Amino acid sequence: MELLEVKNLCVEFGSEENPFRAVDQVGYTVSRGEVVGIVGESGSGKSVSSLSIMGLIDYPGRVTADSMLFNGQDLQKLSDKERRKITGADIAMIFQEPMSSLNPCYTVEFQISEALKIHQGGTRKWRRERVIELLEQVGIPDPKSRLSNYPHQLSGGMSQRVMIAMAIACEPILLIADEPTTALDVTIQAQIMDLLLDLQKQKNMGLVLITHDLALVAEAADRVIVMYAGQVVESGPAEELFSTPKHPYTQALLRSLPESSVGQDRLDALPGVVPGAFDRPTGCMLSPRCAYATERCHNEQPHIQGDKIRQVRCFTPLDANGEPVQ
Amino acid sequence: MSSNSSAPLLEVEGLKKHYDVKGGLFKPDATVKAMDGVSFKLERGKTLAVVGESGCGKSTLARVLTMIETPTDGALRFDGEDILSLGKDAAKVLRQKIQIIFQNPYGSLNPRKKVGSILEEPLIINTDISKEDRKQKSLAILQKVGLRPEHYDRYPHMFSGGQRQRIAIARSLMLDPKVVVADEPVSALDVSVQAQVLNLMMDLQQDMGLSYVFISHDLSVVEHIADDVMVMYLGKAVEYGRSEDVFSNPQHPYTQALLSSTPRLNPEHRREKIKLEGELPSPLNPPSGCAFHARCRFARDQCHKEQPQLLDAKSGKVACFAVEQAWSFD
Repeated sequence: MELLEVKNLCVEFGSEENPFRAVDQVGYTVSRGEVVGIVGESGSGKSVSSLSIMGLIDYPGRVTADSMLFNGQDLQKLSDKERRKITGADIAMIFQEPMSSLNPCYTVEFQISEALKIHQGGTRKWRRERVIELLEQVGIPDPKSRLSNYPHQLSGGMSQRVMIAMAIACEPILLIADEPTTALDVTIQAQIMDLLLDLQKQKNMGLVLITHDLALVAEAADRVIVMYAGQVVESGPAEELFSTPKHPYTQALLRSLPESSVGQDRLDALPGVVPGAFDRPTGCMLSPRCAYATERCHNEQPHIQGDKIRQVRCFTPLDANGEPVQ
Repeated sequence: MSSNSSAPLLEVEGLKKHYDVKGGLFKPDATVKAMDGVSFKLERGKTLAVVGESGCGKSTLARVLTMIETPTDGALRFDGEDILSLGKDAAKVLRQKIQIIFQNPYGSLNPRKKVGSILEEPLIINTDISKEDRKQKSLAILQKVGLRPEHYDRYPHMFSGGQRQRIAIARSLMLDPKVVVADEPVSALDVSVQAQVLNLMMDLQQDMGLSYVFISHDLSVVEHIADDVMVMYLGKAVEYGRSEDVFSNPQHPYTQALLSSTPRLNPEHRREKIKLEGELPSPLNPPSGCAFHARCRFARDQCHKEQPQLLDAKSGKVACFAVEQAWSFD
């Protein structure tokens, strides 16, 4: 059984008559022990879609989905109280900027043991021991001395380790990491990714890795989902997707990386920008920027098609040579 | 102004910038050596990339080069002329020739000013050309960076991140500079937009014969755009050489670690990961000897005690005892 199965997830903001769809018919699955990467540029809806799984989209945002199954339970059908029991314990999340996600007014010990207290209770002494154990697990040297530290006393890498300790405090089976290393330096990024993947293997968790860094996903993920303007445009096994992209957007993204144009003077840039709230095109979202767009692309929206393993949202998916199939 | 065409366009020698930090009531005052002896040469029409992690002094270098801050010590020569010894007026003329592009286009453009007045401000301050000419010049530069004439009357909030960075680039070009210092110009942008802006910068370099000091932490971008690379660690250059040499054969252990931790798309390009323990030490309390010794896998006793100098190596320059004395590792 899949750990997480989302079908037709939509998140809307704004008025009922003229809503803005930040996330549009998104569906994906995550199994135990699997690393799923979600990539996309800013404004593609990758963060909002995962926040809605955590139940963190507040009014006036509206979340609808055909189903949002976690371990066989539909999260939408649960009462708020029941849902709170799951989020933070079985599903945990690591946020983007460690410096601003920690509460500056409380100590490291307080913030980590808060989750333990709510979900598992126990005595204060037990919780303190557990916090020390967790800090050790995430590789913080001399954890006892760090207990009474406040976030401002920690470096960026340290804060992210504390965030990870907080997330794994209640032994989650699904971990959502939203840009966990974006604010960090490369050498620290490598340390944090190592730690995350080690923990994921050790505890056999499902890991959803949200990032805009394609190379990072290529190295870490088993399966990749590419998002554009709120929609999933392509999904598939990491290696296959990066070697033979089927969607023009994936292809263009890969080509625009400096790594792909070694020995060339110019980079293959994708013209234009991601459409915002007020300038979404009709038809395919990529059509104004797409090199292969036809008349049909400008008028009609393609549906996502393909088998369970490999899916693509395009009328003329690309073949193995990177040319559109007519 | 004498122009000496054989001298490098920009020459920097032993540049230092120290900040005094008040310790407050209970701690003694201290000195932060943000930049401690940096030297390089920038040739005409070339790009020098400065690479390093946060806190290594790369932004301080940018601020000193553009004369936003005066260095504590060292020499800074533009076209063979020592900028630091010049009088105020002569320095004002010279600093027009070195301009800067800041990191975050959301913070570096005044939200209350229209694009036109943002672009014309440097002209008003530094030249006495007429209003009409100023407008003509702004429109010409706007076109050059790929924006349209109607953007002249708009405010920065009406633009996307990539367009804003184009405005920031346009502003830096208003005074026909020779050197542009770009401090992380693409790190706040999305991948597809990043490629557009990099292409623009390379086109402008060819058109206008610009030289860039390109400051970045993204090694894949640097590899693409740079002719020379300088790797900095805690205020000092640890490796300096031609881009091809540094990327194909990194010699300093820190450069090696930095390159190996950069994620790669293509499995064939991936290097064996060298894990660095620990984090960048605080410049307030730098370690003795080589600043990198605590994280270095080759460190020996000598590294704890003495500071290696930036010396000529097989290719480029490296500051490391292991390279200098050719220690063998099995």
